[in-house]
Amino acid sequence: MATIVVDGRPYEADPARNLLDVCLSHKLDLPYFCWHPAMGSVGACRQCAVKQFKDENDTRGRLVMACMTPAADGARFSIADPEAKAFRASVIEWLMLNHPHDCPVCDEGSECHLQDMTVMTGHNERRFRFPKRSYVNQDLGPFVNHEMNRCIQCYRCVRFYRDYAGGADLDVFGVHDGLYFGRAGDGTLESEYAGNLVEVCPTGVFTDKTLKRHYARKWDLQTAPSICVHCSLGCNVIPGERAGELRRIRNRYNREINGHFLCDRGRYGYEFVNDERRVRRALAPHGPDRSADPLDPNEAIARVAPLLAGRVVGIGSPRASLEANFALQTLVGPDRFFQGISTRDKRLVDTALALLREGPSRAPTLHEVERADAVLVLGEDAPNTAPRLALALRQTAGVVPRQAVAGIPRWHDNAVRELIQDAKTPIYLATPVATRIDDLARRGQHAPPEEIARLGFAVAHALNADAPPVGGLAPEVAALAEEIAGVLRAAERPVVVTGTSCGSEAVLRAAAQVAWACGAGLCCVLPECNSMGLALLGGGSLDDAARALSDGDTLIVLENDLYERTTAADALLARAGHVVVVDHLAHATGARAHTLLPAGTFAESDGTLVNNEGRAQRFFQVFAPSGHSIRESWRWLRDVMNAAGRAEAAGWHALDDVIAALAAARPDLAGVRDAAPSAAWRFAGNKVARLPHRATGRTALHADRSVHEPRAVPDPDAPFNFSMEGAGVELPLPAALVPRFWSPGWNSEQALHRFQEEVEGPLRGGTPGVRLVAPGAGPIPWWRDPPGPFRRREGEWRVVPLHHVFGSDPLSMLSPGVAQRAPAPYVALAPADALGAAVVVTGEGFAATLPVRVLPELTPGTAGLPVGLVGPLPAVVEVKPA
Amino acid sequence: MKTDVKILTAHLDDPAWHTLAGYERHGGYNALRKALKMTPDEIKAEVKAANLRGRGGAGFPAGIKWGFLPKETTKPIYLVINADEGEPGTFKDRLIMERNPHSLIEGCLIACWALRANTTYIYIRGELFSSIQRIERAIAEARAKGYIGKNVLGTGWTCEIHAHPGAGAYICGEETALIESLEGKAGQPRNKPPFPAIQGLFDCPTIVNNVETIAYVPWIIENGGQTFASFGTERNGGLKIYGLSGHVKRPGLWELPMGTTFSYLVNELGGGMRGAKPMKGLIPGGSSCPPLLPNELDTPMDFDAVKKVGTMLGTGCATVFEEGVCTVRLGARIAKFYEHESCGQCTPCREGTGWLHRNIEKLERGERLEGGIQLLDSICGRILGNTICALGDAAAMPIQGFLKKFGDEWQRHIDLGRCPL
Ligand SMILES: Cc1cc2nc3c(=O)[nH]c(=O)nc-3n(C[C@H](O)[C@H](O)[C@H](O)COP(=O)(O)O)c2cc1C
Ligand code: SF4
Ligand code: SF4
Ligand code: FES
Repeated sequence: MATIVVDGRPYEADPARNLLDVCLSHKLDLPYFCWHPAMGSVGACRQCAVKQFKDENDTRGRLVMACMTPAADGARFSIADPEAKAFRASVIEWLMLNHPHDCPVCDEGSECHLQDMTVMTGHNERRFRFPKRSYVNQDLGPFVNHEMNRCIQCYRCVRFYRDYAGGADLDVFGVHDGLYFGRAGDGTLESEYAGNLVEVCPTGVFTDKTLKRHYARKWDLQTAPSICVHCSLGCNVIPGERAGELRRIRNRYNREINGHFLCDRGRYGYEFVNDERRVRRALAPHGPDRSADPLDPNEAIARVAPLLAGRVVGIGSPRASLEANFALQTLVGPDRFFQGISTRDKRLVDTALALLREGPSRAPTLHEVERADAVLVLGEDAPNTAPRLALALRQTAGVVPRQAVAGIPRWHDNAVRELIQDAKTPIYLATPVATRIDDLARRGQHAPPEEIARLGFAVAHALNADAPPVGGLAPEVAALAEEIAGVLRAAERPVVVTGTSCGSEAVLRAAAQVAWACGAGLCCVLPECNSMGLALLGGGSLDDAARALSDGDTLIVLENDLYERTTAADALLARAGHVVVVDHLAHATGARAHTLLPAGTFAESDGTLVNNEGRAQRFFQVFAPSGHSIRESWRWLRDVMNAAGRAEAAGWHALDDVIAALAAARPDLAGVRDAAPSAAWRFAGNKVARLPHRATGRTALHADRSVHEPRAVPDPDAPFNFSMEGAGVELPLPAALVPRFWSPGWNSEQALHRFQEEVEGPLRGGTPGVRLVAPGAGPIPWWRDPPGPFRRREGEWRVVPLHHVFGSDPLSMLSPGVAQRAPAPYVALAPADALGAAVVVTGEGFAATLPVRVLPELTPGTAGLPVGLVGPLPAVVEVKPA
Repeated sequence: MKTDVKILTAHLDDPAWHTLAGYERHGGYNALRKALKMTPDEIKAEVKAANLRGRGGAGFPAGIKWGFLPKETTKPIYLVINADEGEPGTFKDRLIMERNPHSLIEGCLIACWALRANTTYIYIRGELFSSIQRIERAIAEARAKGYIGKNVLGTGWTCEIHAHPGAGAYICGEETALIESLEGKAGQPRNKPPFPAIQGLFDCPTIVNNVETIAYVPWIIENGGQTFASFGTERNGGLKIYGLSGHVKRPGLWELPMGTTFSYLVNELGGGMRGAKPMKGLIPGGSSCPPLLPNELDTPMDFDAVKKVGTMLGTGCATVFEEGVCTVRLGARIAKFYEHESCGQCTPCREGTGWLHRNIEKLERGERLEGGIQLLDSICGRILGNTICALGDAAAMPIQGFLKKFGDEWQRHIDLGRCPL
């Protein structure tokens, strides 16, 4: 640690950091634009100028850019120096020369870093007397709005899009004061991380196009800490609501997971919450046309409660909270609780969990993946199944070359990039088809899952003779295995990335075996947001449910559309005497329900999701849905149990009671309690306010119905108020309870540093969430049975599931923008297998005529089918000319 | 020391001097032969002793710059010749490239030997077609003769020289923008440190020198650094090619000892003013230099002396303007140039140059300039020294200079609402 002096006061500083970073870490106000905590310094905007003095006797000093100046021991600076202040004000003056004065109609207004910095520097008088320059804007697709006139040329967008996220279709054009940041022409931004531009851009050039359709200012958005429900990584998010509508999703920094960035599925997948297909009233569909009478909630409960006297089978869901699943498990009893996923999917997830629990390898956080010095990806198409992980891997690519950088500070972004050129951390990729991160790979293989697994087992054997050898490997695969083993062995922080998406247990086992053989972290991508939680809870598959269901039994389906999971849904539902569906969306299963109970989405309920690393994270209710019908799934189940006179749920007044019951029933999951402070948490007697201190329209919003201020809905489940009353975000809240980043003088998300222990550090009070899964301490459970090679069988095509960031997650597909970006159904075939422009694909109850996509890297005898777009996938199909 | 010695212009009367045969006829490439027998350190010592100051504008001592290379490196070292000559009023490098290109080629070879470099890139401004042609031809001839290539003069040493035409952006004359451009990127200057000597072209240690700087090296090696130094003033060794343009009788280029006075250049060599109007001022070395008044012409033309009178020697190519020239109009034209050439990277220059230019134009049109001259001065003052590269300074300094020397005239534009001339 070094000591620097700023305006006469000593501060501790890490000399490896730059002065801007250090000042912000010490919560000093110093304006900036082009520097970004995750992207370093380029010294372009000149906004962060301070005075530097040679020594105590130097009174003149000279202006330096804080972001380009190391915080060297003994260095002396002044932020308050009049010349520095005047210069910073003139930088704003320059930036405002051409910036329109359209704050009142600008979507960024109220959370605009440019507004904040303008106020911070005190510039307020206009000396520019010329017409402002103006530009033609572009249509950048469904997610991002473009308004180039507001640009202040900080270069952050292109640095994020190209350098950080690997995109190619956004660039800066032109010179001098006529720069243009955009695409070469109109068109959808291709990167699945494009939505981050909305937060990266310090002004209103790139804004959220979905928000624009139902715009509200940040100060009017009710927010609570939440977790993304669109993949298994559990990125932390901030949903914002106004007037009963979810308006947008913003990033919620969690150093260990998503850091500063989300993927566009996570950012834009939220619109299902507002969808017309929402179930908003309890319904009892009947008659041949299934017309539905709305039920009063009490009627609905009274309708279901008597059924509990008979046999009840429960089907849970990997997209429902742990608490909801646990409530159902309690209602039906562990023996009649089933997971609501296919046997194949369950085997995959259970295998992944077993490998993480029984073997010695720990699941790394994304932050740890980002710091790995060697990576092997086995089987997982991360950009499509776990996009934020793929973005992390893109950063991993820079780790080894950056380690070697000497003499240049790490934050000096352009100089470091110049130095490392195209050098990359060794990353090896073996996937069934090409991925959007293939450019990161030193070498790799596109092969069927068996062959990927065999490569993995061979690597493990090369690393550790205890792992069994693989017979009959092609020489080039054997050589590749040796090469990968050599790299992993030499690495200090190797990571193996794998997952369930290619549908192969062997791939999972092979990946684990490699990780065990070299002490690597084992990052395992799972199918859904609570796949891990559900696996921890236990319960059989849908096939097991079908076996357990006797004709006439009551079947309760929790937040699940069985038609997405199995082709046997019809048969299963037909046998039930009464089908109760608790869900927030109307779907095929709901259409077969006798009673439909309207559940809250993630934004209308609280609960716990367990991500792919085994981290339990709490999401908090963002808003109280209007009317009295919608309630949390677990509450419906509780009410039904209570009405039936069942004792288990009698004490479940609030979420904490459910969690307590879970912890009592399952001591191994007791950590869930600590995922976030309980509803009893108070700051000086106050709950946290979900609404910002500047929220408007508290009575006006309802004035058409009543001039009285509506009473705030009480919230027994969370330490939050549905109002502006209570503890504000400026107080030192526990990290899991921070509902938005906002601080005096820092109205945009750039306020983040006020909530961190230091820039790029964890949030104050530590990273939220609790790990429920720990590696085993016993002997390494080597798998002794590597699969044989893939062999093509006459007339048979092995199905390779292909995933799409936009398309494979059904919830996000209800967002029009996401649906727009999803591909049409297709079948992918190797060139040799492409029998025509369209083919008939049949097998295991699956039958469809699909257009053919020819993928050169696909092995003949395999057929790629898109997950989520053609219904439940068979394992083997036959392909015939259409 | 007064001298009649000419180096880079010695044989201009020989129409074949630019060819290899012509160059060799006058002793060309003897210096290379001599250099190859010397150690790199010996060569560097000569260049240091020569007090050879960089001729690209900043006057940085070449010998010292060469010393910034890392003592040990596993990377290749590059020599880059800055032939992007773009500073308005400047046309000296062009003379060398068109009429005496082999002096540059020979200089590159010697410099490479001294710097332990094996590759030179000569980055030539795109508009200088004849320079590009002559340099390319000279390289081809020298390669055919064994001066360039895998086995230079049978020594086993490899040295390659490539000519690389630019696309005509002035900013690509700034050494780090030049490097970016050579690498195939947009010509945007880099933040320094790291300096090119540590991290330059393709991330390797790189020395960037001006054409004229390197072209003097062969003579220095052949005749000794001290001899060269003795022609100039104390810390400004040798000769330099000075240029003269504007309202004089005989504009042109002359190779003179450093420290010759402006008045000698203008009055003796340039033949004084072109007509009856007396001189109003002189821009000493390219449009980025603040002007001098006629009563300052006794200043010796060396980097230090010119600095003392508040301006810069720059490229040593002076532009004279006579009475009747409106300095506001002149300033507006200069400001327009720098606005147009700003790379757009850093705020003060990108925004400040445009605003400055528009304000001066307004003044010239006789429109009311709210904030007055102080506004101009304050814009300049805040650009100065606060940008990534020196283009910002180049834009601000001349305007500040005009305000200082001709402030009354500028004020009268405001008072009268028109040009007083
Ligand atoms: C905007 C700008 C333009 C420049 N243009 C040139 C140029 O055209 N030719 C040149 O030799 N130096 C130019 N320079 C100076 C170079 O950056 C560099 O200092 C020079 O090439 C070093 O060579 P020297 O030490 O031999 O003078 C320019 C500098 C700036 C800031
Ligand atoms: S568009 Fe936004 S991020 Fe990009 S340069 Fe302009 S202000 Fe910066
Ligand atoms: S001073 Fe001008 S030319 Fe130089 S880097 Fe900044 S914007 Fe570009
Ligand atoms: S933040 Fe330091 S120059 Fe932009």
